[in-house]
Amino acid sequence: MNYADLFRITLPETVLEITALLVLIVDLGLLRKAELKVRLATAAVLGVLGCIVAQATLLLSPAGGLTYPGSSDVVLTATGSAAVAQTGILGLTVLTLFLLVSSKFTRNVGEFVAVTLMAATGGLLIAAAQDLLIIFVGLELLSLGLYILTAFAKRSGASAEAAMKYYLFGGMSAAFLLFGFSYLYGITGSTNLHQIMLGINLAKGAAAGPLLYLALVMIAAGLGFKVAAVPFHMWAPDAYEGAPAPAAAFIASVSKVASFALLISIGTAALHAFDSVHGGVTAGAHLQGANGPHILGFGSAWSKLLMVLATVSMVVGNLAALAQRSVRRLVAYSAIAHAGYMLLGLAFFSYSDRSAQGILYYILTYGLTTVGAFGVISVVESATGSDKLDAFLGLSKRNPPLAAVLLVLFLSLAGIPPLVGFWAKFNLFAAVLGVSSSGAALGLVALAVGLSAVSLYYYLQVLKRAYVMPAVDETPVTAHPVTMLVLMVIAVGVILLGCFPTLLQNWMANFYVTM
Amino acid sequence: MLAWTIYLSFAGALAEALLPKGKPALARGFALAVAVAGLVIAVLGFAAGTGHGRMVVADLPWVPAMGIRYTLAADGISLVLVLLTGLAAVAGVLFSWNIDLRTNEFFAFYLALIGGVYGVFLSFDLFLLFVFYEIAIVPKYFLIAIWGSTRREYAAMKLALYSFVGSAMVLIGLLASYALSGSHSTGLVDLAHANFPVSFQMWAFPLVFVGFGILAGLWPFHTWAPTGHVAAPTAASMLLAGVVMKLGAYGCLRVAMTLYPHGMDPWGFTLVGIGSWRDVFAVLAVIGIVYGALVALVQSDFKFVIGYSSVSHMGFVLLGLMTLNQIGVTGAVLQMFSHGVIAGLLFAIVGRIVYERTHTRQLAHLETMHLSKRLPFAAWAFVLAGVASMGLPGFSGFVAELQVLVGSWKANPWWTASAGVGIVLGVAYTWRALQKAFFSDGHPDPHLHEPGHELAAITWPEVTGVVMLMAASLFVGLYPRILLDAIEPAVKALLAGGVQ
Repeated sequence: MNYADLFRITLPETVLEITALLVLIVDLGLLRKAELKVRLATAAVLGVLGCIVAQATLLLSPAGGLTYPGSSDVVLTATGSAAVAQTGILGLTVLTLFLLVSSKFTRNVGEFVAVTLMAATGGLLIAAAQDLLIIFVGLELLSLGLYILTAFAKRSGASAEAAMKYYLFGGMSAAFLLFGFSYLYGITGSTNLHQIMLGINLAKGAAAGPLLYLALVMIAAGLGFKVAAVPFHMWAPDAYEGAPAPAAAFIASVSKVASFALLISIGTAALHAFDSVHGGVTAGAHLQGANGPHILGFGSAWSKLLMVLATVSMVVGNLAALAQRSVRRLVAYSAIAHAGYMLLGLAFFSYSDRSAQGILYYILTYGLTTVGAFGVISVVESATGSDKLDAFLGLSKRNPPLAAVLLVLFLSLAGIPPLVGFWAKFNLFAAVLGVSSSGAALGLVALAVGLSAVSLYYYLQVLKRAYVMPAVDETPVTAHPVTMLVLMVIAVGVILLGCFPTLLQNWMANFYVTM
Repeated sequence: MLAWTIYLSFAGALAEALLPKGKPALARGFALAVAVAGLVIAVLGFAAGTGHGRMVVADLPWVPAMGIRYTLAADGISLVLVLLTGLAAVAGVLFSWNIDLRTNEFFAFYLALIGGVYGVFLSFDLFLLFVFYEIAIVPKYFLIAIWGSTRREYAAMKLALYSFVGSAMVLIGLLASYALSGSHSTGLVDLAHANFPVSFQMWAFPLVFVGFGILAGLWPFHTWAPTGHVAAPTAASMLLAGVVMKLGAYGCLRVAMTLYPHGMDPWGFTLVGIGSWRDVFAVLAVIGIVYGALVALVQSDFKFVIGYSSVSHMGFVLLGLMTLNQIGVTGAVLQMFSHGVIAGLLFAIVGRIVYERTHTRQLAHLETMHLSKRLPFAAWAFVLAGVASMGLPGFSGFVAELQVLVGSWKANPWWTASAGVGIVLGVAYTWRALQKAFFSDGHPDPHLHEPGHELAAITWPEVTGVVMLMAASLFVGLYPRILLDAIEPAVKALLAGGVQ
């Protein structure tokens, strides 16, 4: 281990932590007597600056990542999916901090920003980690932050209830995850992802015994909770509904990006290990039916688990969303459905970067869209006091630009071109079919596409109230100028990235070249 | 040049959204200018493009990593349909002259829809075509849901979901074809030359054909059409019947039939005379023709009569496509143009000229109103439009339906015989509607001579719109060569083995 490398590669995390402390010092020390508005602005600006600096320090990371002492195995990577995910995490954190500007749920803004930054640090760690211990530490750092953020509206019972549910589920799933990790370590004798996969592959049939399956099920349960995959999704609607808007946006975007980055690391490690054992495997040949080569042990069992999770999540998420009356719960169930689509991409994972890029593209743009959606919801909520569907009645009259933003974001979530949501879906599903042309892949993609047709119905329920149905109350809904500006930027981004998908795609591809 | 039809429409839509509110005159004047500009470009493009095979208008890499290109091109079929879109767009604005509710938004959605339609007809990249196809769905929903009438929210949602389910089927076909052809390109020409295995074409063809067919009013997936047409505001029903249903038929021809020609091969066995997907869809088309006509015959709502007649007439288009011979497919394309113009005209008369003045569409009420005396212009316009719709010689419908019938006789005489019943029924329902709505003098009209009950005078946009559409139908009916010269070579190339 090289301490200079360690320092360089954890520089972004260090910067975020220092910023968090700085925010606390400034807010609790220097600005004690200042107005809430000033403290809010200061904390948010400091947080944003911290993210920007952290972003800049990402560039200083050693290209090869950080290795174990005396070994070439990587502990923390700094290229490829990890770098993309880290940049995404920082960017989305900035956006959620901007949403905080118009919030009124707490007076303790310094703490809120600090906890957000610490949770984001956990996210950065997860995205880069290749070692079970660091993964677990990162996950806990992220999760603890999220529990606190969910409970942050102290005067709201819903917030406390949501946090309690989230915490209990989260604690339980962390226990499952750790249990699964311990079995993996027991089977292979290593905590490094690459070594674990190698061990499983070399041991072949022997390692693919019941112990391994038990471990995989446990891990799937733990990570399924993080990405809110059915049947580990119960916490999501409550957390989305009860948490303060910026916290909910953070849970829906940053935490998802980090968790999917972790799943990508696992998939990549599995395929690379398989490749180095069996040699010369062509892109994603592992699932081409009975004739093609199969990954023994990890790959196929893992794929099947993910396929099941993906299918159930898509179906339950989309169908449950149809029945929702609260827009936050609607977004929560739709998030479950979107997680299902992405799990499908992970179940049919390709050796080339195609799948990884497809999934990251999806989760980043989905995160962007969801942050915007929560921004709109929070504005409507603070004006009408409710997030029910009927709170959106006549929004096109009460605040035309806000309604237009909502239109763009929700149509993008529904996957209507030329918005980015459509492109993300196309890209992801094309990657799935590029990996496997089996009946299972085609059937599941058909199911996903069909269900996204269903999803249009519930997104239109919200848009119908905003645009079609008459307003009960015609008083204008006003948004804080900063919030409005951020929402506009997000909406324009959603349109531009949809019309010119290569912008983001080329940018992402850059990170993979050096590998 | 033709690409500007798309750009102008979308730019117009954006500008409408940004124009100052509360000035309806400005909004509609601007919309008319945009629509006319589109029509002018379409006409010039048609004149320049006829007889030149496939002209590439724009061809730029869009997503090079995935082989998706921004390819706009036009062959004879595209040219005719772009021309139709231009005509329908202008007529639609003229017949929306009285929209005062949220005028800016109305024309913004309207022009966005038009832009999407132009885009579909000009796309020669399947991905791009699909993008434009979906862009056209959303504005339809809002046009009907906000400015519609009878059960508008139900009708709008039904239409949106039917369309979206259809496009989901198309998307599955697109994804599967793309993956199967090696993920190199989504260009229509490349995919047409990909030589998909017959087993794949056998399921991809019906999937994609039905996906597009839903929007073309393919029986039994047509039920969105009558409710949608009736609920829609006049301009939107004109566009729905006039061009949106053509999107579906165009997709069937350009995508399903071109990419998966072997999907129409015989299965190797026959069941009650049906031995291939081609037979299946031809029979469904014939059922649509007869069923639509029969249902139109018993409607009590004037607009439903026209709505179901659209299903019937679109049946001819689908039947023509399934003949797979030169004359039948040519007839189908011509019928798309002809029905687009005539259905637009009928909806304009029923929805705008009559309904906006009488505030009823019930034939039983219209019977008591003596409309032939009080609205002679509407009555005679409807007589001519009805005659055109029945397929009398001299109008475009005659040339088109005759070709379809001749083509289908070559393919299977039973189809022609059954479709012929539809033509007879077409005369019956048109005649019945005409007689009930305009020429019922048997009932006394208590209001006829009372002051204050005069119907508003016919306005210039209405006259212009009627004359324009009527002239188009008559001109094509008398001189069909003008369109046939464009259509025939394109159809020939298409039938000979995909796109050039």
